[in-house]
Amino acid sequence: MNVTSGEDTPNAPRLDVDTLLDDPATRIVVCCGAGGVGKTTTAAALGLRAAERGRHAVVITVDPARRLAQSLGVESLDNTPRPVALPEGTRGSLHAMMLDMKRTFDEVVEEHADPERARQILANPFYQTLSTSFSGTQEYMAMEKLGQLRQSGAWDLIVVDTPPSRSALDFLDAPQRLGRFLDGRLIRFLSAPANTGAFRLLGAGFSLVTSVVNKILGAQLLDDLRSFVVAFDTVFGGFQARAERTYRLLQDPGTAFVVVAVPDTDALREASYFVDRLTRDSMPLAGLVVNRSHPLPDGAGRRLTAAQAAEAEAVLRGAGTHPLASAALRLHAERVRIREHEARLRDRMLSEHRGIRVAEVAALPEDVHDLASLRTIGAALADGPSGAAGDSWDSSTRH
Amino acid sequence: MSEAEFGPGRRSGSPAGARLHIVTGKGGTGKTTVATALAMALASRGGRVLLVEVEGRQGVATLLGEPPLPYGERELIPLPGGGRVCVLAADAESALLEYLELFYGMRLAGQALNRLGAVDFATTIAPGLRDVLLTGKATEAVRRRSGARRRSAAPAPFHYDAVVVDAPPTGRIGRFLNVNTEVAGLARVGPIRTHADRVMGVIRSPQTLVHFVTLLEEMPAQETRDGIAEIDALGLRVGSVVVNMVRPPLLEEPDLTAAAASGEFARDELAAGLRAAGLADAADLAAALAAEVGAHALRVALEHRTRERLTDLGRPMVDLPWLEGGVGRSALEGLADTLGEQGMGR
Repeated sequence: MNVTSGEDTPNAPRLDVDTLLDDPATRIVVCCGAGGVGKTTTAAALGLRAAERGRHAVVITVDPARRLAQSLGVESLDNTPRPVALPEGTRGSLHAMMLDMKRTFDEVVEEHADPERARQILANPFYQTLSTSFSGTQEYMAMEKLGQLRQSGAWDLIVVDTPPSRSALDFLDAPQRLGRFLDGRLIRFLSAPANTGAFRLLGAGFSLVTSVVNKILGAQLLDDLRSFVVAFDTVFGGFQARAERTYRLLQDPGTAFVVVAVPDTDALREASYFVDRLTRDSMPLAGLVVNRSHPLPDGAGRRLTAAQAAEAEAVLRGAGTHPLASAALRLHAERVRIREHEARLRDRMLSEHRGIRVAEVAALPEDVHDLASLRTIGAALADGPSGAAGDSWDSSTRH
Repeated sequence: MSEAEFGPGRRSGSPAGARLHIVTGKGGTGKTTVATALAMALASRGGRVLLVEVEGRQGVATLLGEPPLPYGERELIPLPGGGRVCVLAADAESALLEYLELFYGMRLAGQALNRLGAVDFATTIAPGLRDVLLTGKATEAVRRRSGARRRSAAPAPFHYDAVVVDAPPTGRIGRFLNVNTEVAGLARVGPIRTHADRVMGVIRSPQTLVHFVTLLEEMPAQETRDGIAEIDALGLRVGSVVVNMVRPPLLEEPDLTAAAASGEFARDELAAGLRAAGLADAADLAAALAAEVGAHALRVALEHRTRERLTDLGRPMVDLPWLEGGVGRSALEGLADTLGEQGMGR
């Protein structure tokens, strides 16, 4: 057997998805990772697998892609969990919803304010932009929704797909940042009537500050902001406390973070940041999913190295015969090279994070269209890329 | 901003005529790589180009193997023929402090605001302001002229021949570029409004093109279609569709068609070929390779369908090859040449 560079794999333990999903203590699964790595698909596949193994699961997605709704057999997804039709005899159940930031925010306001005040807030131009385009609102509202669903008790497993944040850290930081801001000095400063004691507390430079704020933001904007803040503050109070509660919910052992990546340099680097950050914040990390990889299936193909294939291809090309075999050998040589490249990248990541649990999902030849392909991905998550028993992770790196 | 400020505009929609290039695409399609290669292509033959990164990811530095870049325009990519690419990793907070100092001489005020959390507010929380500041920085570089402006004579030449923005992904690009509308609802008058109007003047001018990076996969292509519709609806100009990571055809069309149609590659013929090449175990090997070819044929058929639907958009399309072993400086030069050959260069 020829041994390639993949052999030095730090023999990472396999992420056992079924054990995770079957454990009734697992109540929340959070999928995070860089944009474009398949977080949403992974979340949907995990939700489906959990449902088919007897859980009552709900998937919250932030991805407005129609394709996901279609693959779940739902016409469209909105802010209310919709039942997904599963085959007769399925033990559990699956619901899916797409986060609507504005709707979620509106609901929070309506729930906490008397009707008149709610009306004022909802009509404020500042609120309207806050609820749709505030940086951090999507993250905050995803967590808010998570909290709501958790509290409703209607589901015993919630799978969350996180927003495609600018950076790996936004998702964890944004709720607190928003909370900090809404509870912060600036808000108190803005909501205090001018020329009162509040200004004196701010120390030197306060008059300069008021003039700057007026000059830059414009007095009208400041008025809107002030009335918004006053209305908002009395409704909420303790936004910070809310954010902290969510943060603690995430740290709960019933939560499992799944970091999703594809085997390329950028996505694995982002995944590396996530793993470090989750570890630092004591967030329960279940493991890493290496998505859309290109393992070679078991069998004769795996034993044929890139060099052997290239050599054989050269023989045929020299003879000018068998163009089909020649083409197939070229294709195979490239597949082996791709696999070796992926294995190198993955091994580098794993050597930096020893002991992390890993599941690998092979790229499907076609995009995900339906429940069947989500089921295939779920099975790959549980069983490894080639569906082989045992540690397919380790064996897939030998040729 | 009027056309006059930019000099006579060349053919609308032509990459060569534009001076502000916004590069967007679904996450994972290689926006940063394409933006960098485009900046290099535009700087070929002695051009001076600014590459602006706005996502705070330090993707350009990583791509070039440089440590994280501090705030400031730094010449990072010298090119043969005297061309230069400067890189700016823009962050909203530094842009705001710079803005305060430039326009108001308010360094101290900036510090006071910082203590209050107002900078945090403006840059991460205030609606649209972050995008106003970042697009403001990019458009300022577009308008900037070299040397002192003389009153009577013709205006001094532009400092940069072109500015390329490694922009937010397609999901956020409309909001990012359309800051004016966001801000207009909040700041109906005042300096912020004036600033936003000036930014939109550049973005709405024929000098600005929005390019979409995609892969030959359904989701990125769908986002490209949605993004183009959105940019069109906003009245902004769509430039090229850059199809990234295109793999060279490994099999001839008839072979692929045969493989896809029968679902089974001509296994006997394959086994005979493998035997002729001196490989042992030819029958088993033929079965394995047939499966590989079958999967490949499915993928290629999907790529064909995806490309057809992208072609239907009727936009200029540019292909960039898939690069084995990642992207470094020399690979970037190759990509820049490829862009130049397909009409996206200087």
